[in-house]
This record gives sequence, structure tokens and C-alpha cells, in this order.
Amino acid sequence: MDAPSPPTGHAGASASHTLPLSVDRLCYRADGRELLSAVSFAVQADTFNVILGPNGAGKSLLLRLCHGLLRPSSGRISWRGLSPAQARARHAMVFQHPVVLRRSVAANVYYPLAVRHVPRSERRDRVREALEVTNLAHLAHAPATRLSGGEQQRLALARAWALRPEVVLLDEPSANLDPRATLDLETLVNTMRTRGTAVIMTTHDLAQARRLSERVLFLNRGRLLEDAAARDFFIRPASPEAQAFLAGELLA
Amino acid sequence: MDGLGASVLTAIHLILHLNHDLLGIIVLSFQVSLVALAFGCIIALPLGAAVAVLRFPGRGLVVAALNAAMGLPGVVVGLVVYLLLSRSGPFGELGLLFTPSAMVIAQCVLIVPIIAALTYQTVADLHEKYDEQLRSLGSGRLRTMFTLLWDGRFSLVTAVLAGFGRAIAEVGTVIIVGGNINHYTRVMTTAIALESMRGDLPLAVALGIVLIVLALGITLLAQVVRDAASRRYG
Repeated sequence: MDAPSPPTGHAGASASHTLPLSVDRLCYRADGRELLSAVSFAVQADTFNVILGPNGAGKSLLLRLCHGLLRPSSGRISWRGLSPAQARARHAMVFQHPVVLRRSVAANVYYPLAVRHVPRSERRDRVREALEVTNLAHLAHAPATRLSGGEQQRLALARAWALRPEVVLLDEPSANLDPRATLDLETLVNTMRTRGTAVIMTTHDLAQARRLSERVLFLNRGRLLEDAAARDFFIRPASPEAQAFLAGELLA
Repeated sequence: MDGLGASVLTAIHLILHLNHDLLGIIVLSFQVSLVALAFGCIIALPLGAAVAVLRFPGRGLVVAALNAAMGLPGVVVGLVVYLLLSRSGPFGELGLLFTPSAMVIAQCVLIVPIIAALTYQTVADLHEKYDEQLRSLGSGRLRTMFTLLWDGRFSLVTAVLAGFGRAIAEVGTVIIVGGNINHYTRVMTTAIALESMRGDLPLAVALGIVLIVLALGITLLAQVVRDAASRRYG
């Protein structure tokens, strides 16, 4: 699946409880350094958003702030009036290095369903479905800690899938995957997207951003330099930094 | 060497011709220590996990106290429990002094800090690694505690065994609160102390050998089970 699916006409997209997301003059400081400076943007429902930028730009930080795992130093993040921590129950995040629990693959998918009080009668079906779409059904009873890195990443995605989130946040999900596994992952994320889940994904991989994004947030050194439709961004980047990044130069 | 050789023979003889008295002492030893261990775990595992997961003022102090209490002198613990349980003490009315229950309580007090401190260490390490993932999945503090205890179960076996080892090996504590009463509160360690003071060294050493074999046996068994389980479940 090379091109993103068309953004309209899919089934299952219902009114979102937590979108739009609005981020207003967000700052994050740690150890006296400003890691994010006055970042403002908004995310509407039904979009594939890619936060693009070099390593150390603050992409992962931005994602974790939006997910409520960190507190901003200043500024405001609002998911349709809810704080990130409040909205989290309707979101799912896939980490760059996902943690899997020391139990079976199926139990790992089951765990967040129990935590979030998904009705008991639904849980088994959701687990089965999630393992099928992620191609893990044959490993359902295997200990999750024994899976390969790529399989663990797929398990993390299965966990997110089973939660049926309104928004899925992905932090460099394919940074440690081979091309084949990356393709599988992108296909899966696109499927979630066409089923009505909004996607916010960080990547430093330009080719991946081209394949997937409908909208690009370009981040460099803690500053949001561009916020544009993917088509416009890749054809006419406005900032010299983005032009350099697209040209393959190394940004310091 | 001669004395030791004779003791080994006596030990083998004791084990082969297990008399009723000795069996009673062995059974009581394990009963007391295993019950103390059970209560100790019920208290110490959640305690250690709570200190690792929860953030509260004075937390550093609690950690320091737990670590320090790992080295509590058994005799002093025995003395304090003795004072609490004695006729004039606050719990004197329960009439627990010089009963196996008193020994359970004293051993429990002794091993809770050990198990809790080791649990804290294991769970704190896991928490650092798991925290964001579990919060992302929606887990609250309480569930996080028990999730981490379960994920650390193979390491925690060591903590539990350390507690058991301390409990079964304890002399001073149980002699003070139990009184070493024959057929009632005499356990292997107190029997050994008594026999060596009486001068029946072969018997004392023989009891010592039985104690070591049984204690090591239990520890070994637990580790074999743990290793098998951890091989199976990652």
C-alpha cells in the first residue's frame, strides 16, 4: 500500500469525542533547556498527520505531551476541552520501544481491554480480531517476551487496534523494522486510518512521510516550522530548514 | 573430625529412624516459618510495590528505613514482640506469649523488611521501564503495582526465599517469644541451641544437618520451579 487511502467515504467514522486537538503555545523545558518552544497547531478528525523532523527535534516529546505522559512547562493542550490525561482513555499510543508484559501474546492484548473496562463479552472477539489483522494469531499463546523486535512492534499495534481508539499516536513505529515489516505496519496503520481513527505519527524517515502523510508538521530544534498539507509541503516547503531536510541535507 | 563423623552418623540415624519428637520439631519449624512467610508476603509484596510505584512525601525515608530494617537483630525483634505480647503489654490479653503464634508474629516482623526491600528494588526497576506504557494503556497506580509484581514474579522468588531463609534460621527471636517449650514451641534452631548447651553435640550437629538439608532442599526446589517457569514464559 504505497499511497494513503482516500480520506473520505469510509465506514465507521463517527463523531469524535476528543477531536479536534488544539495545541497552544506549548513549551517544554528540562534541565534548563527549552526542548519545545511555543508550538501551536490543531488536528482535525480524519487525517493522517505526520510529525516530521530530524532526530532530537522534539517529535517524541511532543507526542508524549499530547498523550498526557508528560506535563507541559507552559502552554495548553486540549482534546476538545479535555486534558490529555482525560482524553487518553480514547487514544492509543505505539511506542518506539514498546513494552510487552511477561505473559502470553493474547493476554497482552487482553490486558488494556480489562484495564479500560471493555465489556467482558467483547474482549475475546477483539483480541482474536486484533491478532488476526496483525498476523499474530499463530503466536497467541506464545510468551510475548520471546517475540522478535518486529513481532513485538506488531503486538503493540494489535494492542492499539483492539482498543479501537479515536486517535492513535505512533512514535517512530518502524525505526527498528526491516522494509517488509515496515510495509506491514504501514498497511495496518492505513487500515486503522480508513476505519475512522485519526493518526498522529512521528518519523524522521522522509520516504515514509511521503507515503503516508496527509498533513505534515515539520519540527526542528523544538520549533514547529511548518504545518501544511502533505502535497504542498513536499512540493513547496516554506522554511529553509525544511527545504534542506527534503534535499537530504543534515540538519544540525 | 571424629566428633563430626559421629554426628553425621547420628544425623543419618535420626533421619532413618525418624522418631516422633524429632518429626514434631521439624514439622513445627516449617509450619511456623511458612505461615510467617505467607503473612510476610501478603504484607511485604504490596508494601514494596507501593513504595516503588507511589510518589509521596518521605518516600526516600521509607526506602532507607526498609533497607536498614533488613539487618534488624533478631533478638531485639524478639524482645519487642515479647514486651508487646507479655501479660502487662498492650496485647497481653490475647495470651499469645510462648505459643507458636507468637513465633509466627516475631518471624513475620523480621522478614517483612527483607521481602519489602527486595521487592521495592525489583518493582522500581520495572516501573522505570513500564511506567509510560502502562499509563498509556490506562492502568492506574493500584493496577500498575500488581501488574509489576506479576511481571517481576521470577525475580521476586528470590526475595521470598531470602525471607524464608531468615525465618527458618532464626534462633534468638523464637527462643524469646516461644520459650523453647518441648512438644509445643521447640523448633529446630532452638533445639540445636539447647542440645549444644547441654553438651549433646552429636545430636545438635545432627539436627543442624537436618535443618540445612531441608532448608536447602526447599530453596533449591523453588529455584528449579522458577527456572522452569521462566524458561517457559520468557
